[in-house]
Amino acid sequence: MSVTAPAFDAINYPMECPDVNSLWAKKYILALQNITAVFDGFKALDLHAFAIEHNELRVIIGPNGAGKTTFCDIVSGKTRPTTGQVYFDGQDITSLSEMAIALKGVGRKFQTPTVYDSLTTFENMELALPGNQNPWRNLIHKHSADDREKIFHQLERVRLADDAHTPAKYLSHGQRQWLAISSLILSGPKLLLVDEPAAGLTDAETVLTAELLLELRGDHTVVVIEHDMDFVRQLEARVTVFNEGQILAEGSLDTVRENEEVKEAYLGR
Amino acid sequence: MSEFNKVSLQRAKRHLLIMAVLGLGIVPLMYFTGLMPIETVNMLGRYLCFAIVAVGLDLIWGYTGILSMCQALFFTVGAYGMGMYMAHQYPSADNPLIPQSLYVVYPYDIGQGKGEEILPWFWWPFKYFPLAVILSILVPCLMAALVGLGGFFSRVRGVYFAILTQAITVAAFLFFSNNDMFLCGTNGLSQFRTFLGFDLGDDKLKLIMYMMTALSLLGVVGLCQYVVHSRFGRILVAVRDAEPALRFQGYKPHHFKMIAFAFAGAIAGLGGMLYTPQMQIITPSNMAPIESILIVVWVAVGGRGTLTGAVIGALFVNLIYSWLTSPISIGSVQVWSPDFWPILLGLLFIAVVLVIPTGVVNIKLPSFGRKKEVKA
Repeated sequence: MSVTAPAFDAINYPMECPDVNSLWAKKYILALQNITAVFDGFKALDLHAFAIEHNELRVIIGPNGAGKTTFCDIVSGKTRPTTGQVYFDGQDITSLSEMAIALKGVGRKFQTPTVYDSLTTFENMELALPGNQNPWRNLIHKHSADDREKIFHQLERVRLADDAHTPAKYLSHGQRQWLAISSLILSGPKLLLVDEPAAGLTDAETVLTAELLLELRGDHTVVVIEHDMDFVRQLEARVTVFNEGQILAEGSLDTVRENEEVKEAYLGR
Repeated sequence: MSEFNKVSLQRAKRHLLIMAVLGLGIVPLMYFTGLMPIETVNMLGRYLCFAIVAVGLDLIWGYTGILSMCQALFFTVGAYGMGMYMAHQYPSADNPLIPQSLYVVYPYDIGQGKGEEILPWFWWPFKYFPLAVILSILVPCLMAALVGLGGFFSRVRGVYFAILTQAITVAAFLFFSNNDMFLCGTNGLSQFRTFLGFDLGDDKLKLIMYMMTALSLLGVVGLCQYVVHSRFGRILVAVRDAEPALRFQGYKPHHFKMIAFAFAGAIAGLGGMLYTPQMQIITPSNMAPIESILIVVWVAVGGRGTLTGAVIGALFVNLIYSWLTSPISIGSVQVWSPDFWPILLGLLFIAVVLVIPTGVVNIKLPSFGRKKEVKA
């Protein structure tokens, strides 16, 4: 199915990308155009243009209330933007439901890791396996040995294999984070929106989480939203700074940190 | 299938076996040896009908987290279906086309005058036994699907859904109580004489109906056990735990909820269908709002999310109900009055919430040398 590439305003987008209008579908997996999200008169997000390249690892930082989570909500379909369009993989997904967007390949980890408490770690992973969303087929569906191997491979990676048959409610916070990230990785989306993967983790746990995300680099597009600067440094990725719903700066972590406006936004006036 | 699931399935199968031995073995044995009068067998049969509805509610409440206040409605609709078939077996003397049940309520209202009565259209299919059986299950199933379509697709959740179902129950109660609906109003259906060629007073019929109900209950429990141990069942539990998260994995929770709800509706219809021949009267009071709440109480007392708990809860509450609604006297002093029952029921419910919040089924029994179970 070929969809004509919609126009994407490159001029105001602070990336060095000429002639995106024809190239954008190839270059960008996600593009937001003139997106605003207004809640009760409060403008939570106001993005004139924003895009993520294919197989890019991008970090979004910003002070509280900068619109980072609202950005995730809009891309994943949880919130409808007040104006503007979201393009994913060459298609306009602005008005699609969260189910349809998920099936198109946008996966998401929430700020507080959502796992199914009563199900075991293994069962949580099993539900993340792609391509089994039809209710009727689920009545007879059994996972294959191959699936089982894939699940255990991932669980060993995050040291959860021993807890494979423990209900998720007995896992520690760090383990829940890893389970949530592991399910997300297992579901194999084209774009991973990872909201605060290091929140509440110990330093050692943070290192492993960073490793997990770095492993995805190259064949997955990952957007990480984070507060923790040490963690962001480990990712060595392009950073976009949000403030009051707008893009404040974009570039490497070091250039961004030197930016006066960013300092002001973070430290206050 | 994961190990956790395997342990749970083994336990479920063991419970099913115990139920089969008790229901199909011990009770008939006690009847044939004269230890249990037929009235008790009949009473147990009726309580097993309640257990069937309770199992359906456990599937949608205990596993899926949908609190439904209209299971008694689906039960009564199923019961009316079979009731209409039974009413057809006793036609009025004046017009063999019109069941006596209908005739006593509407002697001349149906049609132009004496001898010209017209059978209301929806009474026709219930003349035939197979159709009556199918419709008694299908109609509640479709009603439940419709409620699910309205509720789940517009994302009505939790207590709001419970209130919605309660409102539907009240509306249906008024609908069935209305004389103009040709369902005999508040009188209900009661003019029955025979069922499947047996006289209704026949002990054999009572035993057969008991056995049919016990078999149906085992079938329903077995089917629900299969469902909750399938991947479908795990998605139902996921709906209960974190419904919004499922959507971001591409699942449509409302579809799963609607299927489960319609299935529970069909189960309730089956329970009601088996109830009418054993109770021999069915009135709108069977779907009064309080009845649906009672079903919730049975499941809560027995233990949510276990299926076995629903059966135990329905039997336990109803058996003490039948025992404690007869006066008990020691000598000439009456120590127990049936009036105390609602108070006791309330106390029981409070006690369950405080002492055994997971229900009667989870009371720890000595394990009789059985292997210790894996931590649940």
